[in-house]
Amino acid sequence: MADRPAPARRILVLLTVLAGLAGLGPDPAHAVLPEEVLANPAHEARARAISKELRCVVCQNQSIDDSDADLARDLRVLVRQRIVEGDSDDEVIAYVVSRYGDFVLLRPPVKGATLVLWIGPVAIVLIGLLAMISYFRRAGREAESAGR
Amino acid sequence: MSRRFLFLLPLALIAALGIGFWFGLQRDPQALPSALINKPVPEFSLAAIEGSARGFRRDDLLGKVSLVNIFGSWCLACRIEHPFLMELKANGVVPVYGINWREPNRRAGPEWLDKFGNPYRLVGDDPRSEGAIAFGVTGAPETFFVDRKGIIRYKHAGPITRDIWESKLWPIVQRLRAES
Repeated sequence: MADRPAPARRILVLLTVLAGLAGLGPDPAHAVLPEEVLANPAHEARARAISKELRCVVCQNQSIDDSDADLARDLRVLVRQRIVEGDSDDEVIAYVVSRYGDFVLLRPPVKGATLVLWIGPVAIVLIGLLAMISYFRRAGREAESAGR
Repeated sequence: MSRRFLFLLPLALIAALGIGFWFGLQRDPQALPSALINKPVPEFSLAAIEGSARGFRRDDLLGKVSLVNIFGSWCLACRIEHPFLMELKANGVVPVYGINWREPNRRAGPEWLDKFGNPYRLVGDDPRSEGAIAFGVTGAPETFFVDRKGIIRYKHAGPITRDIWESKLWPIVQRLRAES
């Protein structure tokens, strides 16, 4: 098992969580620190939107926008740097995907390897519906013929 | 009436799924496949750590088979593999380059290397994860195997032990060296 950088703000996080549980805290849904926020509000809004789509690779079920992990923080900073340098949203995302793979996308893209994820549930419901319909039809017919 | 047995079909499917999940859950969820295997090392350039003249950048890796090792003084598993890396250096087995990832302060990395020994040919200081993100690193230690052309060919997550080295990693180095 690999180690992670020591969480520097563990106590602060704990207090924030407790305050959040008590209903006192600020919006607990994101972890962006004040010093990370970009001066240009349009840039910052784009950075926030991108950050919500990117998985924190060390915590896995949070976006980097939500996570207090050090690596998530560094990725948020990197996303902001690239926006300031003039990258489009797609370019920023492509940059991160080229290093961490599709896994960093919280919404996996529709392509060969992920097709099962996207159409699997729909296909299962459809198969179930068809099976039910054919079952009840047959049951109906058999009841009809039995009643005659 | 073979149609009767259709009722067993869902049960069989559930069983198959259950077995699939059972094996899926045995896997380490932290062990991510690297997106960079068979891709060139991304451009990066890291400053020298304190007390060292030279940093570490992408072009240092060209022209030979080399290892890039992500480490930090905060990383216990790095301490575990460290004596073995020293041995690799002492025996001149393969050059190992270090990315000193996210030290709590400028002194921590150099002090760690002074105390235990420096197994690296060059070390880059990586306080903002620039190098770590370039390699798509998720934890330390991680070690990347880079061929002569600067293509990443293999990633090993976790400490390098003698067993793993002999059974798996050394053959990879030999295979890469055998390539023209």
